[in-house]
Amino acid sequence: MESERDDGRSPSQLRPLSCARNVLHRAHGSASWSQGDTKVLAAVYGPKAGTKKNENPEKACIEVIWKPKTGQIGKQEKEFEMILKRTLQSICILTLNPNTTTSIIVQVVNDDGALLVCAINAACAALIDAGIPLKHLAVAICCCLAEGGYVILDPTKLEEQKMRGFAYLVFPNSVVSVLPKGLSHVEGEPMEHGIITSVTHGVMSVEEYLKCLERGRAASTKLSDLLRRSMQSQLPSDSSKAA
Amino acid sequence: MGLPDASGDLSSEMEVDAFRRLFPLRYFERHLSESIRPDARPLGRARDTTLALGAVASAHGSALAKIGSTTMLAAIKMEVMTPFNRVTGRRLHWPAEAAPVISKQLSDTISSSGMINLKELSLVSGKAAWMAYLDIYCLDADGALFDAALLSAVAAFSHLQIPIVSLNDDGKIELISEEDDGAKLEVEPVNKEKRKLTLSSIPFSLTCILHKNYILADPTAEEESIMETAVTVVLDSSSRLVSFYKPGGPVLAHTSAVQDCVALTRQRVKELQNILDETLSGMEID
Repeated sequence: MESERDDGRSPSQLRPLSCARNVLHRAHGSASWSQGDTKVLAAVYGPKAGTKKNENPEKACIEVIWKPKTGQIGKQEKEFEMILKRTLQSICILTLNPNTTTSIIVQVVNDDGALLVCAINAACAALIDAGIPLKHLAVAICCCLAEGGYVILDPTKLEEQKMRGFAYLVFPNSVVSVLPKGLSHVEGEPMEHGIITSVTHGVMSVEEYLKCLERGRAASTKLSDLLRRSMQSQLPSDSSKAA
Repeated sequence: MGLPDASGDLSSEMEVDAFRRLFPLRYFERHLSESIRPDARPLGRARDTTLALGAVASAHGSALAKIGSTTMLAAIKMEVMTPFNRVTGRRLHWPAEAAPVISKQLSDTISSSGMINLKELSLVSGKAAWMAYLDIYCLDADGALFDAALLSAVAAFSHLQIPIVSLNDDGKIELISEEDDGAKLEVEPVNKEKRKLTLSSIPFSLTCILHKNYILADPTAEEESIMETAVTVVLDSSSRLVSFYKPGGPVLAHTSAVQDCVALTRQRVKELQNILDETLSGMEID
């Protein structure tokens, strides 16, 4: 039984998205990303010379600094930093600029659910704005599992609290490539169906998780199209800035 | 790594140790193509796992878990608090960067699995409740840290003996120490029956490394550093998914890999459940 949501959305309807790039003057790249009332600002500085201690100097290093809306950072934010760092590491080409550090600063402007997802999307847009070469984009989506076993996408904070479990999923976007289609398939599945990152909370059955994956994939295709379009439409102004 | 072809030719001439250090990835891939790992395990097999309960005499519940050479010591201290009651984690002696993240993961897993019925920690409804402090010490870190930490935490909770307390005349909670049990018979213990927690649906986890099409269960620290994509699956005893955790990594997890990891974890849950049951029944005989 699929029920109507509080804000009148259908279960797989996302909140209005908006993305703006180049919002900060001093950063090398920046972006703001909002999904409904959740808004995150991301800034990219670098690549700067040298890596921190305990990092492999043969590769580029990614550093993520999480700034909460108020107060100090706690365990939750530390975990977000780590997940964000690992996710961005897997989409960046780390061998390109060895022994450099790229800092990504994520400022939470407002949290109304699906915060990590919003931060990943913002950070990814900021990396594009900074002109950092990427293998592909990362498209993040939050799937919630309601009491009746149905899946809703992109929950608000209120919905997140009511739900039995939720999964943050990050997928690669579909790559527009000159190579023949078959090459990007792995074991009969297109490349964009693989998960970069998965974080779940709450107990669910394995079937329910796979259902979340399926819904998430379907929505991520739409999201990645939108991301690509918004990036392309902003490109002309960007190249004029560079000139 | 950088020179796959050069290493291919050198491998026949070079000493094994030198080859392992210079071309670690090649070294592993050569083993993997023969479906074996350098420590002679098949790809899907976890390392030998041992559990010892009651390792810390001063704690109310404790356990030492060893998976291969990864060693974790968990100890639980109970304190009476006014509710809100909850399980907290404090951790010391950890590989610095991993500590807050694993600590967060662990408290999420324990609370969302519903293993502990928080009502059992209540003493006087609305007035007094137990606070369980869980400390985990990482004595040796050799990969699969979360698995060992969760195993030691679960074992410590199943070993936990809640101390007997009584209400004194001022309405305050007092501990009754084991020795003067007979002398203080005039005060009625509040929790005579509830000395053990009934753990429902115990969570167990397995970390796997994804590399190309291979799935390596229970990686060592060396394997984790060379092949970076790790997936941690937590299932409870009734095979429900408590967590599917994959923080990035260069290898993408496709549906088949997700299902394979879950299947490996199902096997591992049975193994760990047996180990825990055996250790617990061994305790009762003593």
